[in-house]
Amino acid sequence: MELILAVSIGVLAGSGVWLLMRPRTFQVIIGLSLLSYAVNLFIFSMGRFPVGAPPVLEPGTAGDPASMADPVPQALVLTAIVIGFATTALFLVVLLASRGLTGGDHVDGKGGGA
Amino acid sequence: MSFLLQNLAILPILVPLVAGAVMIPIDDQSRHLKAAIGLASALGLAVIGVLLVLRADMAVEGAAAITVYRLGDWPAMFGIVLVVDRLSAVMVLLTAVLGLASLTFSLARWQRMGAHFDALFQFQLMGLNGAFLTGDLFNLFVFFEVLLAASYGLALHGSGVARVKAGLHYIAINLAASLLFLIGVSLIYGVAGTLSMADLAARIPTMSDAYRPLLEAGAAILAVAFFIKAAAWPVGFWLVPTYAAASPPAAAILSMMSKVGVYALLRLSLLLFDDEAGLSADFGDTWLLIGGVVTVGFGAISVLATQDLPRLAGACVLISSGTLLAAIGAGEIPVLGGALYYLVSSVLATGALFLLIELLERGRDVGADVLAVTMEAFGDGEDEEEEDPEDMEIVIPGTLAILGTCFLGCALVLSGLPPLSGFLGKFALLSGALNPTGTDAGSTPPFSGWALLIVLILSGFATVLAMMRAGIRNLWATADREVPRVGVVEIVPILFLLALTVALTVQAGPAMRFMDDASKSLHHPRDYVRDVLIPEGR
Repeated sequence: MELILAVSIGVLAGSGVWLLMRPRTFQVIIGLSLLSYAVNLFIFSMGRFPVGAPPVLEPGTAGDPASMADPVPQALVLTAIVIGFATTALFLVVLLASRGLTGGDHVDGKGGGA
Repeated sequence: MSFLLQNLAILPILVPLVAGAVMIPIDDQSRHLKAAIGLASALGLAVIGVLLVLRADMAVEGAAAITVYRLGDWPAMFGIVLVVDRLSAVMVLLTAVLGLASLTFSLARWQRMGAHFDALFQFQLMGLNGAFLTGDLFNLFVFFEVLLAASYGLALHGSGVARVKAGLHYIAINLAASLLFLIGVSLIYGVAGTLSMADLAARIPTMSDAYRPLLEAGAAILAVAFFIKAAAWPVGFWLVPTYAAASPPAAAILSMMSKVGVYALLRLSLLLFDDEAGLSADFGDTWLLIGGVVTVGFGAISVLATQDLPRLAGACVLISSGTLLAAIGAGEIPVLGGALYYLVSSVLATGALFLLIELLERGRDVGADVLAVTMEAFGDGEDEEEEDPEDMEIVIPGTLAILGTCFLGCALVLSGLPPLSGFLGKFALLSGALNPTGTDAGSTPPFSGWALLIVLILSGFATVLAMMRAGIRNLWATADREVPRVGVVEIVPILFLLALTVALTVQAGPAMRFMDDASKSLHHPRDYVRDVLIPEGR
């Protein structure tokens, strides 16, 4: 489980960073999305991996923290996903504006005919 | 009234939130209504800021007077808290003052250059205030995103190729920085099991050594994110093009935004890694000093290298960020006191300079090009004709003389020449850095003191040269230009900001005493930790 998660975070982050360095705006935005997936998985992994454990206490019981999943990273991931989604959407709008104004999708506004 | 006073700490977040939300459904045609709401909110924020500063300054026998506001009245370990101490209070006040000035400036013409300027501006204020007040790391992230999201809109306000191009880079860099922020925060949570800043500070001294490298790695990644926001070298290349391209009122409030990164570094490095933090004491101070010194050097070079005024102002922001980072890294109480004074005066002056530049450039063709493009892109040129902004304005006489005096004031403050407050701030900073133990004979200045001395003097010299050159080119060698038409609404905010730096100079005694107290309480964070973690009256 740990290995799968670590490898997937690594692959996502690696591809994301590579795409982020590319000169086309579409590649950059996909790179940012992949990176944010990697980061979300990373935050999630900070709650350790109690498989099948509930994050919420049963009503009326004291509960044993060792058999529970930590709910805080889950809440953090949820917030991070929402914020990341919103900012990516905003970036997409700017990307389209840039495309409209410069006629190309180069990140520096070059290559009008491309 | 007492209900409002009780909940004073949350008002700097609620007021702009409500004002911004109310403005969104209002049609863009009813600009006067929007302007009235915006100004009322900014004025309210200024009043709240003054009240917060006064309350924070009611110290009991040198102890930090800290107001802790528990949202939902949860204990600090479980709930989120807002914390008002001297530093947060003064930052909130500074934000409100700068907001008021640039909002007033925008009334003359910039408010009309695109949709939803006023609402975005309010959200920007809300994000800034929230970031200054929060006592929780993740909440800090959320407020950072609020202020960044608003700043994306503001940086692009007015549209045009230059803005969109600079904005594209700005947004991409800040999104990447936000991801670093998240990695840092979650690493710290994974190791320490808490996100409350006070709780973290309480846990770090007793943390097991096995976890310490991870914690420091998390803190370092977080610091890289803040370095990007504070535009430190080598991650600050985004700042100058973005600020230079942004519309002037937006740039003025953005100059406050780069100080949020500085604020976060200041708050966290002093709170989490103070002298009692065990093995992690003073973690990262050397890096802050190096980063700051190199940033000032880079800023000084870019000040000399720039040809046009907006980029010059952006380079001044770089120098001011670098100076503050280096001062935090130097880590002495009197240095930080001077640095906070310097922060206030440099933010006021860069804000005034960004506004002033637009007026100076107006006489030239540069601004006209941008405006033409804007009008075309928004296609609402017809609306403009019925109420041409400049016909409504009372045009001030002796324009060039007034503009020149304002420019001189900005130059004096930014380069740190006497008699204005920039000089006093730098002087206090350097005197603290060279005599960390007081002015007794025989103490040898530490290395950090020499480093600060050299870069501050050299960067001040570079700023003087650059400002002089820009002043001569724009105000004296003006044979082929017409005198710009400047409205009262546009010059008053600039005069207001500069008057504040004069007031800061005249009242340097009380102001410096306040900053020194703030610095002292920042260097004794155990009071902060105690006040936040132990609920009063229980």
